[in-house]
Amino acid sequence: MSNTANQEQITVRRFDPVRFLALVRKESLQAMRDPSTLLIALVLPLILLFLFAYAVSLDVRHVRIGVVLESPGAIARTLAEAFSGTLYLDVTYAHDRREVAEKLVSGELRGYVVISQNFEQYFAETGQPLVQIITDGSQPNTANFVANYSQGVIQTWAADLTGITPIPAVQLEPRYWFNPELASRRALVPGAIAIIMTIIGTLLTALVVAREWERGTMEVILSTPSSVLEILTGKLLPYFVLGMLSTLMAATLAVFLFDVPLRGSLLALLLLSAVFMIPALGQGLLISSLTRNQFLASQLALFSGYLPAFMLSGFLFEIDAMPAPVRAITWLIPARYFVSSLKTIFLAGDIWGVFIPDLIGMATIGLVFFLIAQRHTRKSLE
Amino acid sequence: MTSDMDAAADPSISTIATPDNAAVVIDQLNKSFGNVHALHNLSARIFYGCLTGLVGPDGAGKTTLLRILIGLLKPDSGHATLAGFDTVTDNDAIHVVSGYMPQRFGLYEDLSVMENMRLYAQLRDMDADHNTDLFAELLDFTRLAPFTKRLAGKLSGGMKQKLGLACALMARPKVLLLDEPGVGVDPVSRQDLWRMVQVLTDEGMAVVWSTAYLDEAERCESVLLLNQGKLLFDGPPQDLTAQLEGRSFRLENVGAQRRSILTEALNLDSVSDGVIQGAGVRVVLRVGVSTEQIQALADQAQVHLVPVPARFEDAFIDLLGGGPGGTSTLAERLPPIELGSDIAVSCHNLTKRFGDFTATDNVSFEVRKGEIFGLLGPNGAGKSTTFKMLCGLLKPTSGEAHVVGLDLRRAPGIAKAQLGYMAQKFSLYGLLSVQQNLEFSAGVYGLDKVTRRERIAEMINIFNLRNWLSAAPGSLPLGHKQRLALACALMHRPPVLFLDEPTSGVDPITRREFWTHINGLARKGVTIMVTTHFMDEAEYCDRVAVLYRSRLIALDTPDTLKKNAANTDCSDPTMEDAFIHLIETSALADEAEA
Repeated sequence: MSNTANQEQITVRRFDPVRFLALVRKESLQAMRDPSTLLIALVLPLILLFLFAYAVSLDVRHVRIGVVLESPGAIARTLAEAFSGTLYLDVTYAHDRREVAEKLVSGELRGYVVISQNFEQYFAETGQPLVQIITDGSQPNTANFVANYSQGVIQTWAADLTGITPIPAVQLEPRYWFNPELASRRALVPGAIAIIMTIIGTLLTALVVAREWERGTMEVILSTPSSVLEILTGKLLPYFVLGMLSTLMAATLAVFLFDVPLRGSLLALLLLSAVFMIPALGQGLLISSLTRNQFLASQLALFSGYLPAFMLSGFLFEIDAMPAPVRAITWLIPARYFVSSLKTIFLAGDIWGVFIPDLIGMATIGLVFFLIAQRHTRKSLE
Repeated sequence: MTSDMDAAADPSISTIATPDNAAVVIDQLNKSFGNVHALHNLSARIFYGCLTGLVGPDGAGKTTLLRILIGLLKPDSGHATLAGFDTVTDNDAIHVVSGYMPQRFGLYEDLSVMENMRLYAQLRDMDADHNTDLFAELLDFTRLAPFTKRLAGKLSGGMKQKLGLACALMARPKVLLLDEPGVGVDPVSRQDLWRMVQVLTDEGMAVVWSTAYLDEAERCESVLLLNQGKLLFDGPPQDLTAQLEGRSFRLENVGAQRRSILTEALNLDSVSDGVIQGAGVRVVLRVGVSTEQIQALADQAQVHLVPVPARFEDAFIDLLGGGPGGTSTLAERLPPIELGSDIAVSCHNLTKRFGDFTATDNVSFEVRKGEIFGLLGPNGAGKSTTFKMLCGLLKPTSGEAHVVGLDLRRAPGIAKAQLGYMAQKFSLYGLLSVQQNLEFSAGVYGLDKVTRRERIAEMINIFNLRNWLSAAPGSLPLGHKQRLALACALMHRPPVLFLDEPTSGVDPITRREFWTHINGLARKGVTIMVTTHFMDEAEYCDRVAVLYRSRLIALDTPDTLKKNAANTDCSDPTMEDAFIHLIETSALADEAEA
């Protein structure tokens, strides 16, 4: 500086590629060296996929019930045998209801059917089969199924016996589109991708930003000329890439291991995933800028990201079956749009009429998250 | 560097007459957090080419001031300029012209030394590939060249600070702000840091070194002395100590009676402050009083009274109106301790291994009843591990430890009832009030109802906690927190007291009050085990054990340790000199072995 010179002007660029790349490099090195990051990004999705593909099944098959044959007659015996002729029920026979009642209490059986002592007498008199069906109401869906299916068995049996088959006026031959066997795995596995992306985008991002505050490294970064924009984008890019890699991995497994068809194009899948990363990352960023604490951040990410994505996205529970207020809330859950598109792209194909509104929904929610996060992240410690 | 044109060119600072060399101009700064007034109408200047110490106890406002200067906090009112740029309106420029090292190690522990350096070079707009000279220079300067591939998290405390300094020095800042760089750094590395900072100021950089150690202040060319957000003194430290000329004295070779002599001295009207220094007692007289009283005390004890040069700490205590009195009300109430044996604490071949790392290696010593026994050592030397084994919090891998003759392995319950423990970290229950914490600790040691009520009332009186009873411990001022922690540890009147860095982060006045209690307790026969990183506090101890690299390298009285370190260059070594001497000798011996 010379005596006559003006105070030198120093301007700092808002976005400098060198600084940005330095931050990206740093973040990537950290992510690769931290075993917990890789665990969350690669191993956790694997576990989840296997869980949803094999352990969670919404299909009702091999439901264990008891059939109590109290009537000694031959007709009653044919009814009891009718129950064993189906794939959907696994039957335990007994001659006294006390034998099976205990098993129902212990959960071994989901219900039982009693063919009573005076069954044949009553049937002979009225032509009506008198049967008692008892089910385990603590699992309402299964209970319903047991009741309905048992009735079905009895009706079919009665029709066969009397030889009168009621001929319906209209012959129905149901066909299930997109998922002919109604295998729940085919609907669950694509949805699981949304859950995995939520975990990586929201949980991981919330954790890594909060970690910088907790460890005091943010204070040093903030004291350098790098801008908030560089710091945040430098942080997000590596996790964006990680999220996309995870999606690719999950999609590959879905198609080749779990026999889920990918009827749409890979390109559309990548586009959808990329756009879903906007709200997922934005939410993670918002959480971490609000708490600056890893424990709180992870709790918030679980409650505001993971659980809604799980329960309100239509992944596990059908949105149409929810009460109206809850249904309204689902519009705010980014995973809702993603799950709908994912199911479409895997099971139906590239249907842009579905994708475009979903893309707009995700992008809008994402932008709102980013705007709020940016307002809360200042280049200061306050 | 001349810059008298700055003021004229920049309208934002035109109202301040910037004199030639000012790197930082602080004007009427105020900053509050909730109802805590962190900075109070602060005005000062910091100059180029000068090492300025920002001195004060914890909570004085040092970190807040530095964060305002680096543009990470906004002042509530007033403003500050750094290298001519306003810290608020020219925030971007501030980050270009300054280097900053926060109190906590702020670099990435999972990146290597070189990766950290490259990151900060690029963040400061330097081309890392074309600045190999600068890198080599910085590595040489910080003596980190052999460790470039090591992860930062695996460096020692001292090396971490040097790496932090290297990263803060990227792109040659005009102003370097260091927040407590000496904390957690052993004295040897601290010397290194001083040397580096000296070189930088010689080149014309303005360096601010914040510290709570008053002995560090004496090494700065100029100091800003802060207390509770207010500026107490601005200028060369010698100017302040000069005001104390002729008021500092030492009673020589008092020996065994030094604790009672200190108590008597502090109770004299004419004495403002006093501390134990090895076998002697150092006192500071109030302004304008004669030496009559203290001379009488010296005659009575038949010891020599000699004038000694004033220290910066004397001046600081004096500015705050002198230290506390010498009588510990806590100790007065305590009946003398009776023990079956003369040995209160002992350990024999104590060893602790974590995996293949040995934290404590074959340590043996005995502590007599009523002794104040200090454990000293650089960070990671094994102080805390040894300490925790002695009070039964960790199981030794081999060797044994006894407290009041009880084997900690065989009778941990009974042995633990004989000791009080005050942890290094704040370890009270944050969700219980002060009163509830006191009740809890009285209950947990199984005091009966009447005793419990008596003791709690006694502690409240002694430690002056009446106004805080319903407050959460976390909201207490640091000094009060420590008092409460001590009260809880002493509730069951243990014959042995373990204090792990009890005075770290406490202002000098509270530290003195603390030591008054400890001295009083020791006189009643309580055995006190203490770890500290304040070298001057080691002087209070009867004997000091120095740990280095997990081994016991010295065990003696502070005076003998100091005497052993004396050489032609340094005839009257301080405790810190003695410490450095011991560690260097030990390191040399290790090298010779290898």
